[in-house]
Amino acid sequence: MKSLEELKAIRERMQNQLGVRDKDEKQTRIVVGMATCGIAAGARPVLNKFAELVQEKGLKDVMVTQTGCIGICRYEPIVEVFESGKPKTTYVHMTADKAEEVFNRHIIGGNVVKDYVIPATIEVGK
Amino acid sequence: MYRSHVLVCGGTGCSSSGSGAILEAFKKEIQAHGLEHEVAVVQTGCHGLCALGPIVVVYPESTFYSQVTLGDVPEIVSEHLLKGRIVDRLVYKEEEEDNSVKSFNDTDFAKKQHRVALRNCGVINPESIDEYIGTRGYEALGKVLTEMTPEQVIDIVLASGLRGRGGAGFPTGKKWQLARVLVQDGGPKYVCCNADEGDPGAFMDRSVLEGDPHVVLEAMTIAGYAIGANQGYIYVRAEYPIAVERLNIAIGQAREYGLLGKDIFGTGFDFDIELRLGAGAFVCGEETALMTSIEGKRGEPRPRPPFPAVSGLFQRPTILNNVETWANIPQIILNGPEWFAAMGTEKSKGTKVFALGGKIANTGLVEIPMGTTLREIVEDIGGGVPNGKKFKAAQTGGPSGGCIPAEHFDVQVDYEHLAELGSIVGSGGMIVMDEDNCMVDIAKFFLEFTVDESCGKCTPCRIGTKRMYEILDKITKGKGTLEDLDRLEALAKYIKDNALCGLGQTAPNPILSTLKFFRKEYEAHVVEKRCPAGVCKSLLQYRIDPDKCKGCTACARKCPVSCISGTVKQPHVIDQSKCIKCGTCMETCKFGAISKG
Repeated sequence: MKSLEELKAIRERMQNQLGVRDKDEKQTRIVVGMATCGIAAGARPVLNKFAELVQEKGLKDVMVTQTGCIGICRYEPIVEVFESGKPKTTYVHMTADKAEEVFNRHIIGGNVVKDYVIPATIEVGK
Repeated sequence: MYRSHVLVCGGTGCSSSGSGAILEAFKKEIQAHGLEHEVAVVQTGCHGLCALGPIVVVYPESTFYSQVTLGDVPEIVSEHLLKGRIVDRLVYKEEEEDNSVKSFNDTDFAKKQHRVALRNCGVINPESIDEYIGTRGYEALGKVLTEMTPEQVIDIVLASGLRGRGGAGFPTGKKWQLARVLVQDGGPKYVCCNADEGDPGAFMDRSVLEGDPHVVLEAMTIAGYAIGANQGYIYVRAEYPIAVERLNIAIGQAREYGLLGKDIFGTGFDFDIELRLGAGAFVCGEETALMTSIEGKRGEPRPRPPFPAVSGLFQRPTILNNVETWANIPQIILNGPEWFAAMGTEKSKGTKVFALGGKIANTGLVEIPMGTTLREIVEDIGGGVPNGKKFKAAQTGGPSGGCIPAEHFDVQVDYEHLAELGSIVGSGGMIVMDEDNCMVDIAKFFLEFTVDESCGKCTPCRIGTKRMYEILDKITKGKGTLEDLDRLEALAKYIKDNALCGLGQTAPNPILSTLKFFRKEYEAHVVEKRCPAGVCKSLLQYRIDPDKCKGCTACARKCPVSCISGTVKQPHVIDQSKCIKCGTCMETCKFGAISKG
């Protein structure tokens, strides 16, 4: 026998999971580079960490998705954060732990984690 | 936690094009790549674009893959799910040269639709009660049972302006009110769901049952509370095996969660639902015949009054609503009657689901706000008439409905406007016809159906429809007279006024509406012995134009009855006495030398 409270608990748990299928335009997109270079460098745990955190917190406005090769393979795993009305942020050499930090400080807190952002000038030939 | 969901359509349309095997292939392939803990594979109900099945949607990108084959599965998994590269060539495109990759919701097919009854179809797994609860399922039932009186529930349904989606358009709230108020002797009352969708070409209800079965259970339980009933019956055709299976699963899950059964939410309210399978008789979609069938008797209608609200199932007060009507109820409770009444026209509120078929690019299921014009449905959502042909008419309401001709292409589709044109919204079948369709033949097709399906209880329907069919048959064979047209019309009107049940009363509609709008076409058959659309075989002649014929002999070799003669490089001739009018010669000829008329 389910009570109203139990129903509500199921609803909240499922709503977070079904958020992946939400059709509304998302305000924020977290895009993880998942080409061969990214996967080889360990992009998979990064992607999964973001997906897990977004669903856990039930963030309706954030979409976690993947993309192909971004072109700067030596900086993989790469994560790009697109927020409406703001310039995009590119994080490089990501790990699951760094992903959690970025999630808490940037996605939740609104502050770019400067330590992990791609260097302003990419040095060629090194 | 899954980062991505792969939704494979498991509706009847996609199932018949092999989506079951696609689903299994995805599971296997995803496992082979070790992604089974990251990517969920979910079977859903109908997405609506049945012509392009099997359909696969990948979230969170909401990428819409159409006509997916088994061979495509490894590519989607390794490219899209593993590496994040959308497989462009499989993505649904509106036009051949359209290179843009759009999410399904941005296509013309989806953009003008407004999904209320179908909101969960193609989005949730119909075999998971948790997913239904996750889309606010059973929240309305909780609200009704713990916060509202039965009268308040009825008032909300009344205020929403919801009308029966099975065809007749009777106000749903009014029906509930009558069933609550008229008999108050403390005896049992019943709630029934009409899922005996019998119109040729209609599959709206099937899609709701297959894609979102719990919504019907929840709505029926709400109605049970509103009228004071503790038992519900869903009468569903046995020809809908997937729907029956998912309903059974849903009922089992709801009982397990205590959402059906005794003391729901601890409020002391009891309600349970049972399935009854229909054996496919069209007449059992008529409410009194349906209830007679549930009682275990031969499905035949009986005169009304008494109306079911007073004396229905087992001679007790009963309400009977159609699947699509039920699918609107929980959202009306949750979002309020104003929300619902804001959609649609003055007298026809909300949305309506139509099954688009016939000469149309996007065969499938669409849900639109009432009052959308026929042109918008056919051209914008349906993608128009294919092969550059001209729109001639749309048939709505199946065997009980009528045709809307091209001159009324801009009619608003709602109960009132279609009735003005002699058609009905009906349960929602919409068959599009182009210049190659003969309207007399169409009327004959529907009459043949009615003759077959007449239950035989009343004379006007049993004998009258047969006589109408015979007259139509005579006309299509070129033996009709102008008097026949008058007799046909007189007979049609008589049957309309005198048949016992709704099916008999509406059976003449296909004739009356085609006579009204396409009388010239009838007259061409009768007076000129000619079928303008080139459909009625008895009135057809294939002829070879001797000036265009090169004598290539291609037609003579293809003719199945060898009725074409002639020597090489000389014009050929068709022997009309032997010709069976199959049209093969015309399709074969490369020089356009053969014409029909």
